[in-house]
Amino acid sequence: MDNNHAPLLEMRNIKKDFFGNQVLEDINLKLEAGEVLGLVGENGAGKSTLMKILFGATDISETGGYGGEIYLNGEKVSFKTPFEAIEAGIGMVHQEFSLIPGFEATENILLNREPKKANLISEVFGERLDTLDRKEMDERAAKAIEKMGVSIDQHMMISSMPVGHKQFTEIARELSKEQLRLLILDEPTAVLTEREAEALLESIRGMSARGITVIFITHRLQEILSVCDKVAVMRDGILVQEVPASETNVDEITRWMVGRTVEGGSAKTDIRIDDNARTILKIDKLWVDMPGETVRNVSLEVKEGEILGIGGLAGQGKLGIPNGIMGLYEAGGSVVFDGKEIPLNNPRKCLDASFAFVSEDRRGVGLLLDESLEWNVAFPAMQVQNKFLKYYLGGLIKWRDEKAIREVTEKYIDELKIKCTSSKQNARELSGGNQQKVCLAKAFALEPKVLFVSEPTRGIDVGAKALVLDALKKFNRESGVTVVMISSELEELRSTADRIAIVSGGRISGILPATSSVEDFGMLMLKGVV
Amino acid sequence: MTETKTFKDRVVASLKNFGLPRLIITGFLVLLLVLAPFVGADLPTQISNIINRFSWNGILVLAMVPMVHSGCGLNFGLPLGIISGLLGATLSIEFGFTGRLSFLMAILIATPFALVLGSLYGWLLNKIKGGEMMIATYVGFSSVSLMCMMWLLLPYHSPNMVWGLAGKGLRTTISLEGYYNQALAGIGQINIGNISIPTGTLLFFALLAFGIWAFLHTKTGTAMTAVGSNPVFARAAGIDVDKIRMLSVVMSTWLAAIGILVYEQGFGFIQLYMAPFYMALPAVSAILIGGASVNKATIMNVIIGTILFQGIVTMIPTVMNNMIHMDMSEVIRIIASMGMILFALTRKTEASR
Amino acid sequence: MKAGSNKYTTSEKKPTAFGTILRQASVPLMFIIICAFCIPIAGLSPSYLANEIVTRMGRNSFLILSLLIPIMAGMGLNFGMTLGAMAGEIGLILVSDWQIVGIPGMVLAAIISVPISILLGIFCGKILNKAKGREMITSYIMSFFINGIYQLVVLYLMGSVIPIKHSSIKLPRGYGIRNTVSLLNMRQKLDNLIAINVSGIKIPVMTFIVIGILCLFIIWFRKTKLGQDMRAVGQDMEVARDAGIDVERTRIISIVMSTVLAGIGMIIYLQNMGNIATYSSHSQIGMFCIAALLVGGASVDRASIGNVFLGVILFHTMFIVAPRAGAYITGDSMIGEYFRVFVSYAVITLALVMYETNKRRAKSESSRELRAQQDADEANAAGKENV
Repeated sequence: MDNNHAPLLEMRNIKKDFFGNQVLEDINLKLEAGEVLGLVGENGAGKSTLMKILFGATDISETGGYGGEIYLNGEKVSFKTPFEAIEAGIGMVHQEFSLIPGFEATENILLNREPKKANLISEVFGERLDTLDRKEMDERAAKAIEKMGVSIDQHMMISSMPVGHKQFTEIARELSKEQLRLLILDEPTAVLTEREAEALLESIRGMSARGITVIFITHRLQEILSVCDKVAVMRDGILVQEVPASETNVDEITRWMVGRTVEGGSAKTDIRIDDNARTILKIDKLWVDMPGETVRNVSLEVKEGEILGIGGLAGQGKLGIPNGIMGLYEAGGSVVFDGKEIPLNNPRKCLDASFAFVSEDRRGVGLLLDESLEWNVAFPAMQVQNKFLKYYLGGLIKWRDEKAIREVTEKYIDELKIKCTSSKQNARELSGGNQQKVCLAKAFALEPKVLFVSEPTRGIDVGAKALVLDALKKFNRESGVTVVMISSELEELRSTADRIAIVSGGRISGILPATSSVEDFGMLMLKGVV
Repeated sequence: MTETKTFKDRVVASLKNFGLPRLIITGFLVLLLVLAPFVGADLPTQISNIINRFSWNGILVLAMVPMVHSGCGLNFGLPLGIISGLLGATLSIEFGFTGRLSFLMAILIATPFALVLGSLYGWLLNKIKGGEMMIATYVGFSSVSLMCMMWLLLPYHSPNMVWGLAGKGLRTTISLEGYYNQALAGIGQINIGNISIPTGTLLFFALLAFGIWAFLHTKTGTAMTAVGSNPVFARAAGIDVDKIRMLSVVMSTWLAAIGILVYEQGFGFIQLYMAPFYMALPAVSAILIGGASVNKATIMNVIIGTILFQGIVTMIPTVMNNMIHMDMSEVIRIIASMGMILFALTRKTEASR
Repeated sequence: MKAGSNKYTTSEKKPTAFGTILRQASVPLMFIIICAFCIPIAGLSPSYLANEIVTRMGRNSFLILSLLIPIMAGMGLNFGMTLGAMAGEIGLILVSDWQIVGIPGMVLAAIISVPISILLGIFCGKILNKAKGREMITSYIMSFFINGIYQLVVLYLMGSVIPIKHSSIKLPRGYGIRNTVSLLNMRQKLDNLIAINVSGIKIPVMTFIVIGILCLFIIWFRKTKLGQDMRAVGQDMEVARDAGIDVERTRIISIVMSTVLAGIGMIIYLQNMGNIATYSSHSQIGMFCIAALLVGGASVDRASIGNVFLGVILFHTMFIVAPRAGAYITGDSMIGEYFRVFVSYAVITLALVMYETNKRRAKSESSRELRAQQDADEANAAGKENV
């Protein structure tokens, strides 16, 4: 290396806020050439934001940049775009594949960096008319694959590859870049089979031996311990621990990940667990085909009148549960409500059984963005329960009762303190928090017996958060409605729910009272992670 | 917030909402109307023309509304409905009905055709969600060219309709004299000077427009709008999206069938063979000129759009001819109407789900 | 590149199941059956039929080849090729007014058409970039829109603003071009430059050489960086953008190339016809070329040079024999005329429907895969629990 004293990467006092919301605070990190760092933390701990800063993702600069400095080989850098980062020798393999399905591995590995041969026509019309040098392409791709140490067929079409090989193609693409010195792998093993994951770890060791620094993000702590030199644990935007991998163990890392300082909130005070309460909803062997949130085998009993929290890491399947039950994604298994079997894959039947659902995808599923609040609040109740209708000609004509619709909307605007100009305002114009309240109002208007709420506080500000959670608690306690609340934030679940089920690897890994310790929940979250 | 908006802001906002192309077209029409007396055109006659053409075309434009509401996009497959109407018209005459009765019978006979063809068309469009508009266009074209063969082959015998020499095969143009020529327009027609108002036709349009308006206020109509606005939301609220879309397609097809019959009673002739071919495009551009987008349309859009479009179509030839002795009406009509459709297609008004 | 690289498809190496192959071949097969049925009934002499087919191959192939590049770039069937056809016509009208005859006239017409095609192509490409996901309907409407502009230019501006000297092509009123412009001085000049006669069948060798050069160009183009970029953009715009490919520009270039080629193709087409139907020559050309390509077995997202030639032969055989066969069967010559129009539209409709349903089928297949994987997973887990 040109400079013996400077580490390959040094991050000093990295700070980042999104519109005043501090997500990273004073991150300091040093990495030497060939070192492998395992980066762990719960979802939302700030790992991906930190990596985005390092990789020059455009949404960082679009939201006001970051604080602190990054040094690469002792040189201060600040990347505006990923292309600058790539130029400087940083490579990143994202969770989503970025591959052309109809191209073979070689073509994908060298996408837009193909070696070319000039010809007569390209001399005149510019270098985009150079022909591709297929032989050279094959050689370079072969070299990158060899560097990786896992063999894949370089002439195989991506669309006919198993998932693991797609992942390896992505890694080979990064390795084919001559200047690569630092490789970021964002949960690369999540989609791999056991044997493929094994091969990947082996290849990480190989890269490290060649002097390439690797930042390895994963939830599988065992992998970290087996391949990393160093482990960095993040929590709530702070780097809480940085230790050599040889000096720690899985239990300790788990505690660091989920451990909170004393003032970090606690379980709610009026927790109510009644063992004699009737089981109102029984879920048995549920599977749901929701991309990215696959549910494999969930059996769960919900007691009448409780708030059941469902937690777990992202991608483990907790979101698939309500979406599958409500018929939004293909599902199988059995759901029994009040002794009656509810047919799956049919939203109408669930609504008829007086379930209601507040989706995590507010803008995609939850709202009619281009319609008025009145429509948003009243629509499902009108369609499912024939509320807010006037009948003419002996019920032949079911006319929309605008007055009743306005009244119910205004009632909820008051109750939930929805900030809007009028009940006629379009949902699109509201802020995220207020949109969420409209979604709640929509569900409340159905007067359900069981309410599923998915990620109720995602992307809304602190004030609105408290209001939404309070509204849920009030709805549960005062109207006696059973609530199933799904959230990635354990603290939120502990302060709202009575019991909390943790989903891991598409299965329930355990159910605990909300008063249980954070460490216990942490253990459940990391058990059986895929 | 909005309360503090000044009057100027509001005017600017509503103008922006109105859209530049629409503004240009409205301005152009006003200019033509102002110019008309100066270049020697008789304004009352022109206005009478516009009203009449509005009454012929209004329902064809109205036929766009249900499909736009349910998110099936602009109904480029309008010719399919027109064919149902043509079948009703020719069969009514073939069966020997005359006068106003033949109009009523044409509607009655056209209806089952519209329902069957509309259902098939709706079934197809449900299979190819996201590609509706292009396929609708070609479904329209295919059905028109198929019917070209049918008009020749079907065993029609009425001497008023078939080719005189061969004694079979329908003529390209069939006069409605003695059948339902002016069947609606003749009802309560008002003549003031050079202005003649086809009261019956206008009332009939008003009746259907009211019907659609009322439908959109019912439970099912509300569901239709929601399906067009966000199909995933509608599905989550327990709506059978495919069924609602199917219903909208059947409604659009039926309206198109009625629309062509009303057009014919005003025009005085049935036009067969390739005539329905390009009938979708004027209707599409009319509703867009009226302020509709690919997934939002109101009855007001229909009325304003038809008046503007037909106004331009009638005014340009007279004014231009008198002014520069050059009839550029066809060219300007093409550029304006196609430009309007292009403009609508390039706007990111909806996620094409 | 492997052998068989002249195949111009986006996914040729994907192992295809028998069902998929059958589906792809269904349209050509249907046409072979129609032709096999109609040819004997039509009762045309084999040499007449062969002559007609060869003539039409020379006339149409170049135009149809111009459709290939936008398909490669994922923009679907370029209904906007009409734009190029209009540019070609403008070139020819001007050249025939200047009385430049024969091959030099054709070359000059092509030279005039190219800049017009480029401008129209850029305009069209920019509009299509704003209408991603509905390129086809937009390019279709675009062809009508530009047709309006074309009429404005040819019917009103030519002779009044753009100088037209010869009254033979001008309307009697003093401006505007007549409905028909004769290209007698240019008629089949390219075809006859080198023409050989094989047992009564005239083969326009020079035209075929030009078409062959275009085929070679397309094969070569596919191997260039730009060609590779277009294929990448055609399959996944987001991935291509992430890799640093200028997606918008690449798409515009593909439309420009298609428009320019269509312009030259139109000149070749019209020199064979021998006259320009000023206001209608171009209006149907897009539809017939697209139908022919689809009849050859192409789809909205994949098309090869082979599809072009197979399509020309099958489609035009149908075109020649259908009216006669129809007249023989029904006693009415119009039936056949309408039949071939109907078939052209039906085949496009069918191709569009198959394209859209295939897109959906691909989606549901992926979810089926997922479920199978889950089942295996479940069985595995159950097995473990039992142990």
